[in-house]
Amino acid sequence: MTAPVVVFAVGNPSRGDDALGPVLAERVSDWLALSGLADAVEVIEDFQLQIEHALDLQGRSLALFIDAGESTPAPLTLQPTGPAPLASHSTHALAPEAVLEVYRRTEGAEPPPAYVLCIRGEDFGLGAPLTAAAGERAGLAMDVLRELLANPLPSAWQSVAARLAGGPATRPPGDA
Amino acid sequence: MSFQLETASHPERLRRVAIDPVSRVEGHGKVTILLDDQNKVHQVRLHIVEFRGFEKFIQGRPYWEVPVMVQRLCGICPVSHHLAASKALDVIVGARKLTPAAEKLRRLMHYGQMLQSHALHFFHLCSPDLLFGFDSDVTRRNIVGVAMAHPETAKRGVLLRKFGQEVIRVTAGKRVHGTGSVPGGVNKALSIAERDELLREVYRIVQWSRDAVHLIQKVHMQDPGLYNSFGIFRSNFMSIVGNNGDLDFYHGTLRARDDNGRLIFDGVDYQQYAKYIEEEVRPWSYMKFPFFKALGREQGWYKVGPLARVQNCNQISTPFAEHERKEFIDYAGGSPMHAPLAYHWTRMIEMLHAAEVIKELLHDDDLRSDDLMVQGERQMEGVGVIEAPRGTLFHHYQVDENDVVTMANLIVSTTNNNQAMNEAIRHVARRYLNGREVTEGLLNHIEVAIRAFDPCLSCATHALGKMPLAVELVDSDGTLVHSLCRS
Repeated sequence: MTAPVVVFAVGNPSRGDDALGPVLAERVSDWLALSGLADAVEVIEDFQLQIEHALDLQGRSLALFIDAGESTPAPLTLQPTGPAPLASHSTHALAPEAVLEVYRRTEGAEPPPAYVLCIRGEDFGLGAPLTAAAGERAGLAMDVLRELLANPLPSAWQSVAARLAGGPATRPPGDA
Repeated sequence: MSFQLETASHPERLRRVAIDPVSRVEGHGKVTILLDDQNKVHQVRLHIVEFRGFEKFIQGRPYWEVPVMVQRLCGICPVSHHLAASKALDVIVGARKLTPAAEKLRRLMHYGQMLQSHALHFFHLCSPDLLFGFDSDVTRRNIVGVAMAHPETAKRGVLLRKFGQEVIRVTAGKRVHGTGSVPGGVNKALSIAERDELLREVYRIVQWSRDAVHLIQKVHMQDPGLYNSFGIFRSNFMSIVGNNGDLDFYHGTLRARDDNGRLIFDGVDYQQYAKYIEEEVRPWSYMKFPFFKALGREQGWYKVGPLARVQNCNQISTPFAEHERKEFIDYAGGSPMHAPLAYHWTRMIEMLHAAEVIKELLHDDDLRSDDLMVQGERQMEGVGVIEAPRGTLFHHYQVDENDVVTMANLIVSTTNNNQAMNEAIRHVARRYLNGREVTEGLLNHIEVAIRAFDPCLSCATHALGKMPLAVELVDSDGTLVHSLCRS
């Protein structure tokens, strides 16, 4: 059975803070298993988004894209997104909006509501480790992800997005 | 300097146009054009502006880690690196000849990758140019534009790529970060259920691939004046060829021809590649410029990839692709076709061949054998070569007695095409930019020439917040005169 929520976590584990996506994919998968939510959420990890990910949107009620960002306001942003015909000059990756647009055009239907969780990265060099700043932001991102995935409704996600847009995300005191 | 338009005699007097994908991810390539006051082109260069550091990434690692870790060099063709590294390390572990099952499983994985990569390139990257024209609205020139105007074509592109990804998943173990190929063989056979699932799909995949060849053939033939001449340059070409000179993406010997199709060398064991190929460093790019030693740097550069492979082989072993190869050779009129846009046609012939080979292999019972590994006398050095989607890929390693990689040298497909891509954009700049104001449509002509080679300039990183492609016209004082930006 198709899980109603799909989470795309993209990035290269060997490219410094580009590893934020794969790191969070692993943590989210572990948390979902412990929380008994593994059947409700499918986590898809990849180097980058591509056209075939449009097929992974079939039968979903919500979609979340997780990625590192180079110029994203620190520590992270959560924003709704939708299909858009973005221009591209390369095969190498699609933006979330383009994946949603491919779905709309190839399936002949609107894609599910979608959000982008973008965590700011600092260093993307080949062979570089995750920076300390990115590691800390991964923890903040997990807080957001737990909140989102425990309550997978567009209205709830929009509330979280609005709250995060109002000020920097902070971790609750004492939360390791 | 011998290459026309590579270096202007007085660059300080000229205006500079930079076609600069400024994003970190895709932005490792940049085109700069120097123009004088009459917009006459004096210098054109495709630069790689970031040091990629592949070799440093690998050196110091235990050799058995290498086939997995090198997949992280390139997010678009990780299987090529996985298999080229495995082949080099086969030599290190003394596995000169794999078991039939291991070789066929690797071949299946590789042909799955060729299919998905070629499908992605054709349906996502090049068909928008070909179906809409180079000067069309930029928002239409992507997969979304294709999907809007040709929904069935776009859907096939997605499903062809998905099928190739599934072939990779069942042979490599996972869709990304696969571990299926190891030094000396593979670690997993194909189950009956996996085979049957692929068999259910493969017949329509072959048919769609045939349709794709006919589509690009039709597009090409409708405008021969453009397709036979756009960005054209003559060059040597190289690939590996299999038994009897067959087209072979997985294994063979090196063959090179000159621009008239005459053999330069043939039957060369790629363990000896360094005797035949040298890499030149130029100060303005991090990407090296390989050339055939026997001909020297000025005459010895070459192109690789589909256009080289389809014309370098004697025949193709599968019937539909062989029929299409003959059609292409007939169209070329008995001498090698050098037009960069012919890459698209030959790329689709290769996709068809990949689909046919996958179908054949799925009927081969060797894929279910448990005889997957061999070993032999340990060696200290090995070279692995494979025909990756974009062209010939070399992995060369030396390993010490503690199993640590002490030397790594990679010549990736895009590096093999470095001089060729530069020549193509110089031709386009001369033909289309000379004396004109830079417009978005003219910019796209440069990109069309680059895209024909399907270069891999990014190599496996992706993040949001990318900036779009930008062009800046800057005068000799560094003042921004004119700019174009895609957003």
